[in-house]
Amino acid sequence: MMSVAMTAVARMGWWHVPLFHASPFTGYVYPNETIIPWSGLIVVYPYITGLVAGAFIVSSFYHVFGMNQFKPVARLALLTALAFVICVPVPLLLHLGHPERALEAMITPHWSSAFVAFSYVISFYICVLLLETWFAFRADIVAMAARGRGLRGLFYRVLTLGSDDVSEHALAYDHRWAYVLAVIGIPSAALLHGYVGFVFGSLKSRQWWSSDLMPIIFLFSAVVSGVALLILLYIAVSRIRGLEPDKRCLRGLAAALWSFLIFVLVIEALEYVTMFYRAEEGVGMIKALMRGPLEDWLLIQWGGSLVALLLLTWLLAFRRTGVFALAVAAALVLIEVFCMRWNVVIGGQELSKTMRGLIYYSPPILGRDGVIALVMILILPLLFLWLFVRLFPPWDDMAAERGLDVNEI
Amino acid sequence: MTEKTPAVERRKVLRVIAGAVAAACGATALRLFGGSAKAAIRPADAPPPAIPGYDWTKHRWAFGVDATRCIGCLSCVAACKNENSVPRDTHHFRTWVERYAYLNGSDEPVVDSQSEPDALSTSPGNPTYPYRFPDRYGDQVVDKAFFVPKLCNHCSNPPCVQVCPVGATFRTKDGVVLIDQDYCIGCRYCVQACPYGARTFNEAMGVTDKCTWCYHRITKGLKPACVEVCPAGARVFGDLNDPQSDISVFLRENRVNVLKPEMGTHPNVYYVGIDRSVR
Repeated sequence: MMSVAMTAVARMGWWHVPLFHASPFTGYVYPNETIIPWSGLIVVYPYITGLVAGAFIVSSFYHVFGMNQFKPVARLALLTALAFVICVPVPLLLHLGHPERALEAMITPHWSSAFVAFSYVISFYICVLLLETWFAFRADIVAMAARGRGLRGLFYRVLTLGSDDVSEHALAYDHRWAYVLAVIGIPSAALLHGYVGFVFGSLKSRQWWSSDLMPIIFLFSAVVSGVALLILLYIAVSRIRGLEPDKRCLRGLAAALWSFLIFVLVIEALEYVTMFYRAEEGVGMIKALMRGPLEDWLLIQWGGSLVALLLLTWLLAFRRTGVFALAVAAALVLIEVFCMRWNVVIGGQELSKTMRGLIYYSPPILGRDGVIALVMILILPLLFLWLFVRLFPPWDDMAAERGLDVNEI
Repeated sequence: MTEKTPAVERRKVLRVIAGAVAAACGATALRLFGGSAKAAIRPADAPPPAIPGYDWTKHRWAFGVDATRCIGCLSCVAACKNENSVPRDTHHFRTWVERYAYLNGSDEPVVDSQSEPDALSTSPGNPTYPYRFPDRYGDQVVDKAFFVPKLCNHCSNPPCVQVCPVGATFRTKDGVVLIDQDYCIGCRYCVQACPYGARTFNEAMGVTDKCTWCYHRITKGLKPACVEVCPAGARVFGDLNDPQSDISVFLRENRVNVLKPEMGTHPNVYYVGIDRSVR
């Protein structure tokens, strides 16, 4: 009765959001396919996960591989990974019909499901990231606990976990643990994102997804998107702080972006070429999909990738550090990877399982998988990052003010 | 600050962390195995509640479709929607019927189903036949045409069961794939995994829905609603353990096919009279 009344009220108002969003189609599709099961939320989910994995890899360039030119962004990268990883469950929980039952996947797991691994991998990964961040920032936390007053001071004192030793020996210990955790973190990040690709690649029901290359494509495009995000963040934050970004660091990031981007583009191109060369049953419908509902998205994806690649090649070949050009390339890569996620997740569902029809999905504006919700979910990690950066400034140049030796951090 | 050796300090911190982790684990263990929480949590593979007077180890259900008999009246679709409270729109079906028409001069059929928007409410006053195929081809010459009823194939190797993260969907001992809707988390992974488009998401309930072969009826000795109402005998249902059942006779007397055998799902809905174009 109550629900009937609520539905009636909802129907009267302009805010009424329909229960489901059916899409138009051409050809023949199974009747149940006209509502696509995984909408924009499941596009945003691998996108955010990818940014986490990529940002983490950037922090590892310094923490694990000892590439000193990445030092200016190493701790920012760590905070970025943390801010994004805590937002990963948001689109998933919003997607579930019964989010309150989500934990059942961990408490009573059904082991043959690829989804089950997710909750364990992401929990493990969040723990690794939290611990690594703590070790990387412990000296700062101790310094701020000593200076801070009131609630803020108490916050930092609690975060020291009772350990206020910042002797040389203790800092070396922190450094060692941050290193060990970063070493553990790299395979975890790779596993997390390779797994996301597996969720799609392992489904035989959808020809557009069913590919052995899917986990690899997801993994490397994740790294690409994370590096691009770090470039943009670093340039933007430097501008906001009125400082010049470190040229060596930017060049290193540009080189990383360039090399990973080439790798991704080659694998993706190979995927298409193999599919068309084999020309198995259904290849005609795949062509129709690429010329139909996916056309614009594919144009943005490949156009953006190629322009970004040209820009980066120009920057590297002529040893330029054009900050603006690099920012444009990074932004294009971020857009390109989002389109790639869309083309996989939505594209796979736009190609009917009948292989006789196409579904044309366009996201609704309102509703929990509407455009507004998606934009809010994409902004959310940036808000967390802003908060984290305020609480734990990751800048080396401010360390001296806090009485810390820069080289010890 | 008192002087402490770093090692002692470190040990203290590690002890605090270890204590916190142990407490958290203990609390979880209590929730898992504690008496009060027992009713709320059960293993994913626990058997469903028993049905009085029914022994699911004694039956092996299967379904047959004779497409040469189907007249496309869609009373099966209406009966299914009524029997199982399936939403009455054109996007949610537990069973549907496809129409294949080879127009004169064409090698490929034109396929449609009652899910076309103009197929609904063609006879709104008639509760038995609320759905109808639109008269789409008018004066065009149709060389060959036939109908194919579709439903869940209750596969022996169901990909939907494989991917369910909580084990809410499962295969019974009598060969029916069911969903525990009190347990389903609504992730729709199973909807993706089904190659036949047999699963649909019920947005109002937040859970997945599909054909159960009217499990509530067959366990009482009745036939599924769609079989019961089919006026042409196109739908056949029965117990493979009984050699005289309709389905056993159907399988003995016909050369049958299944849908998308290359998927390795081993469907338990057997078709007679379908064309190469049917998927």
